[in-house]
Amino acid sequence: MNDLLWLVPALPFAGALILILSGARLPRAGVAFIGAGSVGVSALITILIGFEYLSSATPHSYEQVLWTWIDVAGFTPRVALYLDALSLVFIFVITFVGFLIHVYSAEFMVDDEGYARFFTYLNLFVGAMLILVLADNLVLLYLGWEGVGLCSYLLIGFWYLEEKNGYAARKAFIITRVGDTAMAIGLFMLFKTFGTLNMGEIQSQAPQIWTVGSSAATVIAFLLLGGAVGKSAQLPLQTWLPDAMAGPSPVSALIHAATMVTAGVYLIARTHVIFELAPDAQMAVAIVGAVTLLLAGFSALTQFDLKRVLAYSTISQIGYMFLALGVGAWSAAIFHFMIHAFFKALLFLGAGAVIMILHHEHDMFKMGGLKRKLPVIYWTFLIGSASLAALPFVTAGFYSKDQILWLAWAGEQGSVWLFLAALTGAFITSIYTFRMVFVTFFGEEKTHVGHSSGNRMTIPLVVLAVLSLVGGFIELPHTLGHLELFSDFLSPVLPGTAIRHEAESAEWTIQLIAAALSVGGVFVAYVFYIQKPALANQVKNSVSGLHKFWFSGWGFDAVYHLLFVRPFVFLADINKNDVVDKMYVGMVGLANFFHCIFSWTQSGILRWYLMGIVIGAILILTIGLLV
Amino acid sequence: MNTIPVEYGLALAAILFTLGLISVLIRRNIIFMLISVEIMLNAAGLAFIVAGAHWGQADGQVMFIFIVTMAAAEVSVGLALILQIYHQLKTLDSDAANKMHG
Repeated sequence: MNDLLWLVPALPFAGALILILSGARLPRAGVAFIGAGSVGVSALITILIGFEYLSSATPHSYEQVLWTWIDVAGFTPRVALYLDALSLVFIFVITFVGFLIHVYSAEFMVDDEGYARFFTYLNLFVGAMLILVLADNLVLLYLGWEGVGLCSYLLIGFWYLEEKNGYAARKAFIITRVGDTAMAIGLFMLFKTFGTLNMGEIQSQAPQIWTVGSSAATVIAFLLLGGAVGKSAQLPLQTWLPDAMAGPSPVSALIHAATMVTAGVYLIARTHVIFELAPDAQMAVAIVGAVTLLLAGFSALTQFDLKRVLAYSTISQIGYMFLALGVGAWSAAIFHFMIHAFFKALLFLGAGAVIMILHHEHDMFKMGGLKRKLPVIYWTFLIGSASLAALPFVTAGFYSKDQILWLAWAGEQGSVWLFLAALTGAFITSIYTFRMVFVTFFGEEKTHVGHSSGNRMTIPLVVLAVLSLVGGFIELPHTLGHLELFSDFLSPVLPGTAIRHEAESAEWTIQLIAAALSVGGVFVAYVFYIQKPALANQVKNSVSGLHKFWFSGWGFDAVYHLLFVRPFVFLADINKNDVVDKMYVGMVGLANFFHCIFSWTQSGILRWYLMGIVIGAILILTIGLLV
Repeated sequence: MNTIPVEYGLALAAILFTLGLISVLIRRNIIFMLISVEIMLNAAGLAFIVAGAHWGQADGQVMFIFIVTMAAAEVSVGLALILQIYHQLKTLDSDAANKMHG
């Protein structure tokens, strides 16, 4: 079965190729069949491979070398796929959630002109993302990394006729490129140190070459963190993600929630050996995560666009993953990634369905009262929200987030400040999530409800809702059943987390606090948006300055505009005619000047020519006589 | 036998040559320009004769015969060109024939 691994990324690429070549001529059903079908078969193969992996007695990794990509002076990156527990989790989420989103898109995009184009990009994205997580060396990983960046650009600007969509696409592309540049420099330094970019070799050699805290390891870890921060929309490169909501909702679900934005988490987990050798950089990962989850949480509180709330919440949840990575809770981060992929894809798909049914209305304060009209969407959205808010005991989000909170407190690298930030974040998450639910689905109906959604849209919602509920039961805390299927599964790849001894007894207390805050958040949202809606406006008006500040995402856009965009545009304006070009323009001017002179001497008057000959003869004779 | 000093002969040749050159430069009538060129050729021929007489060599006279032959050929071509110019432009002004200016 493992031999079929190459098919997993190859099938989406093949689908994309077929759609590129013949998409415009195929009927819509055919396009959807190829687009969703290729990813579906890919998901099926992944599940079969997963079964074989689980049924084998010893944990193992599997490597499939396809061909040697480049062979230059000892630098021989191969196109080789590497399967272990970590990449298995990722390819499962990518193909499975990807397949559901493809099915959903088959109906969601049905009236769109660019139906075939959409599925082409989407398939290309899935293929590139699979290359990213299956690569056995960092060069191939970088290929997938840039591939998903390209697809993200294409899909954010999918409706390119509107100028702001193109702007959002360029913004996303350029900002992530900042991080990618840092990452590329990190890769160069890694190659200089190890002479290889194969991840297995780096992992085995790194502890021998570097001591803990050595400066080279720290610098490289920080550069890799730069790449991860750009891709995963963390502080300070987070500003592109809210604008990326300009793309179609399935794109937001697949790329900007479930898969691509978590590539940074994957990168750090994959290179965890380097981060363990660089405690400063790992601390920075935790701090970036903690600060980001708070900033994005407060911004999410103030948004009125349904998709922007979800975008900020995505930034915030990835902040949790970074926090977990930073405190060395590797498997907790990957667990939260998986659960987050389920419920956030669900929420984006639900939001997309609501927005479509309400004729492209994004403002949730113009929605309301959808509970009765759209029961399936309401219930699935509610489940997703409960999971995001980590409502205790029943939702998967509770188990994954609780683990991060617990390890932020009790882990050896954890601290009380990180824990408090995460706890505050959890409370805010709960408030903004249920603010969104109450405003959208409760109260009076404010916009006419169009036709309801069909099966192809509701089935993915239901499947994801089920996963958002039961997905958490594979990893239960000590206090509740103590099941560790997921971290045991990841243990051959990612080390466990050391726990401070004196903290152990506090687990119950911390769980109770987290659960209470989560429920408390729902209650606060209930008071503000159902019981006394006027209160919300009062509060908003009394702190309108702060509200604006949070609404604009803490003013990062304005600062970057002032610091980078304006000076750049100013310099570009000066250099409109290209300084380097001046040399070539000068050469042309010189040639033209001589042309004019010589053309003027060619007067056509015979006596001028004679005069020329005479003067020339006199000159030559004079010189001849004098010399 | 009294011989004319060589300087006289060369001075005469130089004067003739200069006169011819000046009139080529200042004349606009193309026939006069051709005549002036003939004068210059003859000045050059005279210089050869004088030099040949001075050194008692026959080479100077040989060269003169060459020059006369060449002058005859040149006149025939030149006159043919003048006829063509007149035919085309209805004038003998050399400045009018400036169609090839840059």
